[in-house]
Amino acid sequence: FPGLADVSIPQDIPVEGEITVPVGSHSPDEDYSTLDEPVKDTIMRDLKAVGKKFVHVMYPKKSSALLRDWDLWGPLVLCVSLALMLQGGSADSKDDGGPQFAEVFVIIWFGAVVITLNSKLLGGTISFFQSLCVLGYCVMPLTVAMLVCRLVLLAGAGTVSFIIRLIVVGAMFGWSTLASTAFLADSQPPNRKALVVYPIFLFYFVISWMILTFTPQ
Amino acid sequence: QGGGSAVIDMENMDDTSGSSFEDMGEMHQRMKEEEEEEEAEAEAGAGEEEDGEFLGMKGLRGQLGRQVADQMWQGGKRQASRAFSLYANIDILRPYFDVEPVQVRARLLESMIPVKMINFPQKIAGELYGPLMLVFTLVAILLHGMKTSDTIIREGTLMGTAIGTCFGYWLGVSSFMYFLAYLCNSQITMVQMLSLLGYGLFGHCITLFVTYNIHFHSLFYIFWLVVGGLSTLRMVAVLVSRTVGHTQRLILCGTLAALHMLFLLYLHFAYHKVVEGILDTLEGPNMPPFQRVARDIPVVSNAVLNTTAKTIALTL
Repeated sequence: FPGLADVSIPQDIPVEGEITVPVGSHSPDEDYSTLDEPVKDTIMRDLKAVGKKFVHVMYPKKSSALLRDWDLWGPLVLCVSLALMLQGGSADSKDDGGPQFAEVFVIIWFGAVVITLNSKLLGGTISFFQSLCVLGYCVMPLTVAMLVCRLVLLAGAGTVSFIIRLIVVGAMFGWSTLASTAFLADSQPPNRKALVVYPIFLFYFVISWMILTFTPQ
Repeated sequence: QGGGSAVIDMENMDDTSGSSFEDMGEMHQRMKEEEEEEEAEAEAGAGEEEDGEFLGMKGLRGQLGRQVADQMWQGGKRQASRAFSLYANIDILRPYFDVEPVQVRARLLESMIPVKMINFPQKIAGELYGPLMLVFTLVAILLHGMKTSDTIIREGTLMGTAIGTCFGYWLGVSSFMYFLAYLCNSQITMVQMLSLLGYGLFGHCITLFVTYNIHFHSLFYIFWLVVGGLSTLRMVAVLVSRTVGHTQRLILCGTLAALHMLFLLYLHFAYHKVVEGILDTLEGPNMPPFQRVARDIPVVSNAVLNTTAKTIALTL
């Protein structure tokens, strides 16, 4: 390599240039400018997106906003809060507190993955993470039911409280199933909706049954 | 272009043990192989070399080493992505999920009806949706039974045990029966075996769903014989229709019947500890309602069910 034999920077010519690349075109989602904004703006934008999805779950209309920009923050928060609230309500032995959290976590995520795979195999047009997102967000009515159950159990654990809890959990279970069906069943061929709805029904049934049979120590 | 000349610079060789003939021959052989590889990669990496230029042994081995490593990396990546797209492609399973709800309902009902004709092979639908849903339903029912019977699992979780039991039964017994069917020259494929056994769990689901809620001992035995027996008869008849030879038929059907019925017995008794307590309450009408140690059976539903069971017992 005769050319490389004397690669050296001459001492008298300084190396200079521009580091920043000038943005020639404005891209529609402003990817370049979000690096400079304050952290509060980023967090608020994400929180607003999550909050908008919660509102969509409360009033399940057939909109595509929930499906288009999926995120898994909401499901994570809901899953963790549900698992925390369900902890400590098991039998006498001391070592049952730990597995309870892991159980709920595993049930929710494993169940959601299975339902997603099932709906994809049945010919659905929804993507993997979109389906996970919808199923996770629709756990929200059941989390609300868990809160209500805990409050009712603070007042006592008699027959009346059981009936109240049964009604509340049953209503929330129906709401969850309807909300997730409204989003997920549309992506299926019309005569196979029942095949997709049944696993979702089973999934929310198991979660609501865990909530209903919860009694604190 | 890019080929090394045959001149070997002896001063730069540093890992030969002296210049014996054997070493020279080996090195020459290696050089030839590397040269062939280098010619294959000539366009890719030989831009640095110029005609006639020779960097000495170290330089040549360095570049060739890089090229060889690069080639191995590319080959490995190709293989890995091919394997991934082959195994992680869920489209392999797509044909087994191609069902209509009407078909699933029909097959569920058919799984309780034994076939009469065993002289020609009965058709088995090779679908996996129904069996998978039945296994998950069985897991849910088992979870309910475990919780209401105050089962404490020390080294694991309730959910893990339930899933492990049900899936272990479905997959394990299917594989074992498929192996036996292979030994007995039976005409059945693995997917068909999975499907047959999965639909046979429908009887289990019904039985356990009823008997985990109404704790009545003889009721369980009636259900075990009738419902379990019907689904076992159906599976046995289908298997018999696909096997020739008396000994083989006997082996297959005996094994399947035994495993199927014993599994139902196991599921009932392993996770259902309240049987003795219920039998005690049936001794007299003045006994208090069922006392539990710590579990959270709601008093209402339990009292209702117990009075129902008591009235049934008294009227018998």
